[in-house]
Amino acid sequence: MMEVTFYIVATIAVVATVMVVTRHNLIHALLYLVVSFLAIAVVFYLLGAPFMAALEVIIYAGAIVVLIIFVIMMLNLKEEAVEQERQWLGRGILYGPAILSLILLGELLYIIITAEPNNSSYQTVDAKAVGLSLYGPYVIGVELCGILLMSGIVGAYHLGRQKKKIVHRFLEAIEE
Amino acid sequence: MNKVPIEAGLILAGILFMLGLISVLIRRNIIFMLISVEIMLNAAGLAFIVAGARWAQADGQVMFIFILTMAAAEVSVGLALILQIYHQLKTLDSDAANEMNG
Repeated sequence: MMEVTFYIVATIAVVATVMVVTRHNLIHALLYLVVSFLAIAVVFYLLGAPFMAALEVIIYAGAIVVLIIFVIMMLNLKEEAVEQERQWLGRGILYGPAILSLILLGELLYIIITAEPNNSSYQTVDAKAVGLSLYGPYVIGVELCGILLMSGIVGAYHLGRQKKKIVHRFLEAIEE
Repeated sequence: MNKVPIEAGLILAGILFMLGLISVLIRRNIIFMLISVEIMLNAAGLAFIVAGARWAQADGQVMFIFILTMAAAEVSVGLALILQIYHQLKTLDSDAANEMNG
């Protein structure tokens, strides 16, 4: 039963991601991206990581996608954006990167499949073990994450600020 | 209780990573490229979770939390950069930002 669920959810994740890659409309791509993240969250749950499944839904499907949607709303893209995306994403541009990436994927699959099989089953690693590990041997990583998030906030504020252009009025007259 | 082979999880991660890689290579829209990077980071996290579940260790999930933090910081800075580029160049074309004129 678990196995069937896994394969169904994996198929949903791959199909939704293919739809993200091929969409022309940004909002449609983001909605498919939410479906993909939810499917991967179910995969996490099936693999015995329920806490990570919750984090995937909350942070990826919640916070990050909503952030991107807000930025798209701020940009106020018109109908022409979809047409332009269709023009940019022509048929011919797909083949080169797709073929090369497929060759790489084929090699990866060959390595994975020909490795010696093991029949070990998954075991659930609950949130308690994760927390003990996170604040035990990995506490320096948690502190580094804190520094990274703070620098991210400062950087986003600094970059996102609308700078008022200060031009002398004589220069303004020349530029016009 | 769980009969999902470890190869299946790793193959799923590989396929998702490849889809993100193709998308980041063929797109010219910067927002789509950012979304593709999110897909690739998510696939890498999936590989960590699979490996952590295989050996029943918490390290894989800890690494996924770090990837999640990094993705959140990256997407906020990236979106701020996209806003600046859009205000300065009036386009989302990544090719338009190839000149370094302040």
